[in-house]
Amino acid sequence: MNQDTATAEAVNINQDVGDFSFPEDYAYDAGTGLSEKTVEYISGVKKEEKWILDFRKKALKIFEGKPLPTHWASKDLENIIFNDIRYYLAKGQQPTRSWDEVPDDVKETFERLGIPEKERKFLAGVEAQFDSEAAYSNVKVELEKEGVIFVNSTEGLREHPEIFRKWFGKVIPTGDNKYSALNSAVFSGGSFIYVPPGVKVKHPLQAYFRINAENFGQFERTLIIVDEGAEVTYMEGCTAPKFETATLHSAVVELVAMPNAKIQYITVQNWSANVFNLVTKRAVAYENAEVRWIDCNIGSRLTMKYPGVVLKGRKARGEVISIALANDGQHQDTGAKMIHAADETTSNVISKSISVGTGRSTYRGMVHIPKHLKGCRNNTECDALLINANSRTDTYPAITVKGNQHVTQHEASVSQVSEEQIFYMKQRGLNEAEAMSLSVNGFVNDLVREFPMEYSVELKRLIDLEMENSVG
Amino acid sequence: MSQVLSIKNLKASVAGQEILKGLNLEVPQGEVHAIMGPNGSGKSTLAKVLAGHEDYEVISGEASMDGEDLLAMEIDERSRAGFFLAFQYPHEIPGVSIANFIRAARQARLGKGDELDAVAFYKEMYGKMDELKIDRSFTGRSVNEGFSGGEKKRLEILQMMMLEPKYAVLDETDSGLDIDALKIVAAGVNAMRSPQRGFLVITHYQRLLDYIVPDVVHVLYKGKIIKTGGKDLALELEEKGYDWVIQEFADKEVAVEA
Ligand SMILES: Nc1ncnc2c1ncn2[C@@H]1O[C@H](COP(=O)(O)OP(=O)(O)OP(=O)(O)O)[C@@H](O)[C@H]1O
Ligand SMILES: [Mg+2]
Repeated sequence: MNQDTATAEAVNINQDVGDFSFPEDYAYDAGTGLSEKTVEYISGVKKEEKWILDFRKKALKIFEGKPLPTHWASKDLENIIFNDIRYYLAKGQQPTRSWDEVPDDVKETFERLGIPEKERKFLAGVEAQFDSEAAYSNVKVELEKEGVIFVNSTEGLREHPEIFRKWFGKVIPTGDNKYSALNSAVFSGGSFIYVPPGVKVKHPLQAYFRINAENFGQFERTLIIVDEGAEVTYMEGCTAPKFETATLHSAVVELVAMPNAKIQYITVQNWSANVFNLVTKRAVAYENAEVRWIDCNIGSRLTMKYPGVVLKGRKARGEVISIALANDGQHQDTGAKMIHAADETTSNVISKSISVGTGRSTYRGMVHIPKHLKGCRNNTECDALLINANSRTDTYPAITVKGNQHVTQHEASVSQVSEEQIFYMKQRGLNEAEAMSLSVNGFVNDLVREFPMEYSVELKRLIDLEMENSVG
Repeated sequence: MSQVLSIKNLKASVAGQEILKGLNLEVPQGEVHAIMGPNGSGKSTLAKVLAGHEDYEVISGEASMDGEDLLAMEIDERSRAGFFLAFQYPHEIPGVSIANFIRAARQARLGKGDELDAVAFYKEMYGKMDELKIDRSFTGRSVNEGFSGGEKKRLEILQMMMLEPKYAVLDETDSGLDIDALKIVAAGVNAMRSPQRGFLVITHYQRLLDYIVPDVVHVLYKGKIIKTGGKDLALELEEKGYDWVIQEFADKEVAVEA
């Protein structure tokens, strides 16, 4: 077996593999619907300190007070019935450091998704979340010795408040948007990472988010703090089985890159077609720090996600590289926010979207460079590929640049896989799906290279699978 | 069943216009046939109908490859069954490297679960690229993107060599080639000539046929083969043009009608 196949098999996560679920058996269940009681229940189960409960309650009020953003976003948001959703489901077990201690059905889930094997092969640490809580969480001993913290959010708040409380909810204020408020009220799970000054974590840390239950909402909360001159790559993968009813995933992810720090945050999401995926992701980058969001959005019914970087220190750099694939009936509403808040900061946004069948992709970009700054740069490129005549793409770039001491560049393109191209490929013996996959892979090829090898192989497989299903 | 690419009374139209008007042609395995004919006579149309392009509608007639009904097969099935077309205007495939493209085409010919041996594949491909004097760095470039006319034609031949078809139609593979490239490409084609393979070479110029010497030369005019001869026919056409053949054919038609 050659290298490629071995790697592919090691990291194989595909929809067919992900489409299974185990019968529910939860010790803790917040029931259906959302009220102050729900929030108290979650906080109680977690034995949280009072400030956290207060934080949650305040967030709930803000959530209830905010209208749906349907004046600019998809009307489909109206179809999320908040009272039909279950907000907390857990087996009541502490996350273990050994796969052997993970409950059998949960362990089997992650085994079928290939997580333990990946951990052995190329990861420095893994956290695996099953519905609301982490089932497994482990970081290599060497890293622990260097002071790297990689735990779930419940544990992070409990064990390391001195580090996390300072930043928790500061990069993304509760009221940033309706869904960040919702997350702040009912959050559970997600990763807390701290990398001490100068520590360069060589191998990626990985979190895996799995939804098992129907009518369920997953609200993980991730906070990553990388101290001066330190470096880390974090990867997250997400799947859910195909249920009939809508499932909600609404995460908040905050990153803090201290001076000269580097953070690379990689997402490969492969949600099934009933998931509303409404995620708020933002970083702050201090002097000469670098934050890269590398994002691949496949699946879901509606994804709304605009990773951002607030460039707070001189020469800070921010980057968003994203690939979105909207298949039949799906809407990928993605983009980037770059807020320049210091001199000589640079940002780079490269977005490629693919719309298949009735799939729709939307790019929303926001680049803000105020007048009093000097020497800022932004480069934005968004390219859309339409597979069928009824596919759709829209681009809403908003670049506000004040003053004339900056360089900005914006390019956008829309293209279509031509019939002649497909004919050419078929004449060489490729069937329709193979020809489509190859074309789509060709379109995103330069971005796929930005993903670590293991993930680029997986990405290619996911794209192949999507194209197979769409043609099939 | 006889081993032959056989076209019988083929009528086909494109954009509502009949282009092939009862075309008959047989290319037996092991032979090289040339087709010549004025611009717009239907040469590329024939190539595309055989390949299965959806814009071209078959009105009536037959086309078969070693007894297998070509017209009943999907485009990609025809390819995998051994039909190859070197395009007059090869299409670009942005972002897809030559290596990956040819590899995918080869993989498509394997059974389910069989994996192409990557090392052997590259070795073979590099060998053929050397034969065609295509720089090895080309494998990483996107298919046909930014290629010169001559480079595109060479890449068509490389693909043919890698896919080893039973029958290959070369549509004006010589046009756009400089004299050295012409010799290289011809040598590549000649190396592929075998008792198990048939070629149909579409060209406007006798020059190509100096290097790829045909067994039979056909003249296509207004959607029909109006004359068939030996390799000397190409020389005669080069010298005298098509008028005399067309006239000869017209006279025959009149005679038949009378
Ligand atoms: N897709 C198409 N749509 C409309 N007309 C077409 C199409 N393809 C071919 N034709 C017409 O069919 C006729 C035959 O074209 P074809 O390309 O087969 O000629 P050819 O013999 O290959 O000519 P050349 O020597 O110039 O390559 C021409 O009149 C051409 O305009
Ligand atoms: Mg032609």
